[in-house]
Amino acid sequence: MSARIGVITFPGTLDDGDAARAVRYAGGEAVPLWHADEDLREVDAVVVPGGFSYGDYLRAGVIARFAPVMTPVIEAARAGMPVLGICNGFQILCEAGLLPGAMIRNQGLHFICRDQWLRVENTDTAWTSRYETGAEILIPMKNIDGCYVAEQSTLDELEGEGHVVFRYVGGNPNGSRNDIAGIRSENGRVVGLMPHPEHAIDALTGPSDDGLGMFFSAVDALVKA
Amino acid sequence: MARVVVDVMPKPEILDPQGQAALGAAGRLGFTGITEIRQGKHFEIEVDDTVDDATLEKIAEGFLANPVIEQWTITRVDA
Repeated sequence: MSARIGVITFPGTLDDGDAARAVRYAGGEAVPLWHADEDLREVDAVVVPGGFSYGDYLRAGVIARFAPVMTPVIEAARAGMPVLGICNGFQILCEAGLLPGAMIRNQGLHFICRDQWLRVENTDTAWTSRYETGAEILIPMKNIDGCYVAEQSTLDELEGEGHVVFRYVGGNPNGSRNDIAGIRSENGRVVGLMPHPEHAIDALTGPSDDGLGMFFSAVDALVKA
Repeated sequence: MARVVVDVMPKPEILDPQGQAALGAAGRLGFTGITEIRQGKHFEIEVDDTVDDATLEKIAEGFLANPVIEQWTITRVDA
């Protein structure tokens, strides 16, 4: 039985197609979820993909966070369902309180679109078990609100507990505190990151296939479950 | 009916790259004596009598502002 992984589409989502393709590449069944859905169609995990949900009006991710589909997502995530938030999806998970901190405008104000090296700092999550700790991966990033900030006490806790999952290497592109590119929840089931693993699943179309490991990791976690 | 104004500002300790860019540009435009610019948001909300202060606080804290990065003030302009 293949793992059923939901991919949410909000008005303004851009990367649902690539996220669904990444799920299929990893051997999972991609299940489309719509922002107005009130149930999760019996999925085993959810990807909240990138884009500009609701035009980023008010604040990136805040309106999506109150979409009907997020009620069951938040409930299931708290109960241990794996959830991956990518870019705008990461912003939405922070707004929803599933991950700590927030993203603000990039230092320097540029929309940054480039292939970015990241170091995998924590492999004890539902989305990173296929990587080796310290591995460096190359995946695209493309955002303007990518500067990760949080209270000092939150940063200390993230660092102390090993909850920083991805860190920028080769220079901090956007001013993110502690070079943080991605983090995890307490239980390791929820992960959010600004760069886009779903765009790096095949060397034909991406800079590498380094992003595929996140989707394989989730499929592994679900098949074992 | 009443008009309520909610002003949302980045917390003092949070970097405000947009305010900094405006500050830099103001200097280049020849405006002297400006030492700081911070950029926030200003909301004007029309409410009926059923909306009490506790509800306004909820709207500001849970929706219009993100308490991780922003602070806000709520002002009833006319009652």
